[in-house]
Amino acid sequence: MIALALPLALGCVGVAMLLTLWRLVRGPSLADRIVALDTMVVDAIALIVLIGMTSGTDSGFEAALLLAMVGFVGTVAYCKFILRGDIVE
Amino acid sequence: MSPAADTVVGLLVLIGAGFVLVGSWGLVRLPSVMERLHAPTKATTLGVGALLLASMIDGRTRYGNWTAHELLVTLFLFVTAPVAANMIAKVHLHRTRTVAGGEADGIAGPPPRPDDEGDWATFAEPRRNCPGTPPDP
Repeated sequence: MIALALPLALGCVGVAMLLTLWRLVRGPSLADRIVALDTMVVDAIALIVLIGMTSGTDSGFEAALLLAMVGFVGTVAYCKFILRGDIVE
Repeated sequence: MSPAADTVVGLLVLIGAGFVLVGSWGLVRLPSVMERLHAPTKATTLGVGALLLASMIDGRTRYGNWTAHELLVTLFLFVTAPVAANMIAKVHLHRTRTVAGGEADGIAGPPPRPDDEGDWATFAEPRRNCPGTPPDP
């Protein structure tokens, strides 16, 4: 079942990433673009995990962990910049 | 790898990928910012959680190595997703208030104000008459 599920899941997450990219390009508001970027980071983590399961290596998990942390910090930095016009006050 | 583990991992992968797809579809399909915020922050986070769980069981049953990496990623995502969503909602409220023309309201209309004198704490200006701030002259 895994052999069947993994390609299907990779396709689903790829399509999800394209849909998110459409929202990132289209907007229309700044909040939409921040949501889209945040979602793309989470989708990228899902892709890394799926590729790791497909290839049987676990070398991608450091990248997944780093993405999880940096993606959150990036989202908060964008929000702070729009709210205050500054990031570190 | 036993058939039971194979089925469990396969189902978890399918459920996770389905939730990730539903989250992004909601981001495209829903009509306003506040509604679009719901789809990715809940569905996508849950989907990635299921995928990471599947990866953990897969590594244990197929290769025999037990790792806690996935748990760490899951924990971090589940802790940070609500905070990020709160910040983005604040950005939306802030822009609704400060940008001329504002942004489109959803099906539910504009969000209700906190009370008569106060306003949302989006850092644009200090709240009036709240504890800890000097009264207006």
